[in-house]
Amino acid sequence: MDSSYEIKISPHFWLRRLHSLSGIFPIGAFLVEHMLSNALIVKGPEAYNNQIEFLSGLPYVLWLEIFFIYLPILYHAFYGFYVAFTGRNNLAWYPYRANWLYSLQRWTGLIAFVYIFYHAYHTRGVNLLYGTEVDFARMAQFMKDPRILAFYITGLAAVMFHFANGIWGFLVSWGITIGPRSQKAAGAVCALVGLSLFVIGVNSLLHLARA
Amino acid sequence: MGEKKTVRLKVKRQEGPKAKPYWEAFDIPYRPYMNVIICLKEIQKNPRTFDGRKTSPVAWESSCLEEVCGICTMVINGKARQACSALVDPLGEEITIEPMRKFPVVRDLVVDRAVLFENLKKVRAWVSIDGTHAIGPGPRVNPEQQQKDYVLSTCFSCGCCLDVCPQVGEGTGFMGAMTISQVRLFNDHPLGKMNAGERLEALMGPGGIEDCGNSQNCVKACPKNIPLVTSIAEVNRQITKKIFGFLGK
Repeated sequence: MDSSYEIKISPHFWLRRLHSLSGIFPIGAFLVEHMLSNALIVKGPEAYNNQIEFLSGLPYVLWLEIFFIYLPILYHAFYGFYVAFTGRNNLAWYPYRANWLYSLQRWTGLIAFVYIFYHAYHTRGVNLLYGTEVDFARMAQFMKDPRILAFYITGLAAVMFHFANGIWGFLVSWGITIGPRSQKAAGAVCALVGLSLFVIGVNSLLHLARA
Repeated sequence: MGEKKTVRLKVKRQEGPKAKPYWEAFDIPYRPYMNVIICLKEIQKNPRTFDGRKTSPVAWESSCLEEVCGICTMVINGKARQACSALVDPLGEEITIEPMRKFPVVRDLVVDRAVLFENLKKVRAWVSIDGTHAIGPGPRVNPEQQQKDYVLSTCFSCGCCLDVCPQVGEGTGFMGAMTISQVRLFNDHPLGKMNAGERLEALMGPGGIEDCGNSQNCVKACPKNIPLVTSIAEVNRQITKKIFGFLGK
């Protein structure tokens, strides 16, 4: 009967919450670590190469990569595509600020996926497949090509927007920021975080291009 | 005074649920302070298109004419709102009128919003008080809480928040902001609280709260200024607490 009460929690509920969480941890946490490691580029080739050596020398490094980087990113990306395809963009009717952020979150997710795939192939894939040495010199050579540099900066912008706006969404989706005041404050903090990481990233790229 | 001023009304029409929609334009004699309902009544009096062709009268629904019943909601100049409170003056001399986008069209501007009631039933948006014997008066609600709840209780199920939501549609079956806000209202109520768990679990099911995409169009569109984004975040918090409850089991 209609009034009978039965528990019918859908898998989508858990998967969507997991999607939200995975963007913060481990993906967001890795992103911050990645940007800070890259920032060593500013200190010169030696500091950067030492950091690469330290990270690739971590015990169980491949397992760490698989469980804390590759699988979470693949899950986040493909479940994100599914979520994006369930919605229908309506900016033409309602061009509000938050509605722009909604659409941008989906578009930057797609750009970020293409960028990360390309980036991971050329920095990690080639090493795993062909044993190519990935170091300061190789990255500097990449960034000397203005097309690659422009692609990297675009990709970085997409990733940082997606991350910053994603933290904001996470705070609402988990009921941490509830009222308009806390949501506004969170918006300012998230924007600052995203912008800072973007500047740090671009600075590293430009150092490589000039090296 | 020069020649008589008119307002051009472009109406998206549809003869039946499966018929193909088409547009018709009407010229309505202008009156100061007129609203969209008055325009539609003018068409009803003499259903002729702007070029004098006789046509069928446009079908629409309205009741209270004071923005508290929600039945005359339609898409006016691209935005979902009530026709009774849509004054013609700020809308310009050419006004486009369409049926709501997220509900099946019955005829012209009449849509079938039965799904809203089905959603409210799914989340049990009521207070259960029926019993076999009197159990005395319920607990009191403090005035501060009453103020908050009053705003939530002004929702009249017009469906604007669903119409504007990019997540509402066949892809999700999302129940929309109004349903979530009603869960907040009844979970706040001292007796409604008794069924809080059932309401939250309904929102963890198909078409539930996880289909929200944070576009926040709902709060912009709500004619009653209900803080819908706050309601969604508040219910999200209640569900997060519930998740930790599950994890401990």
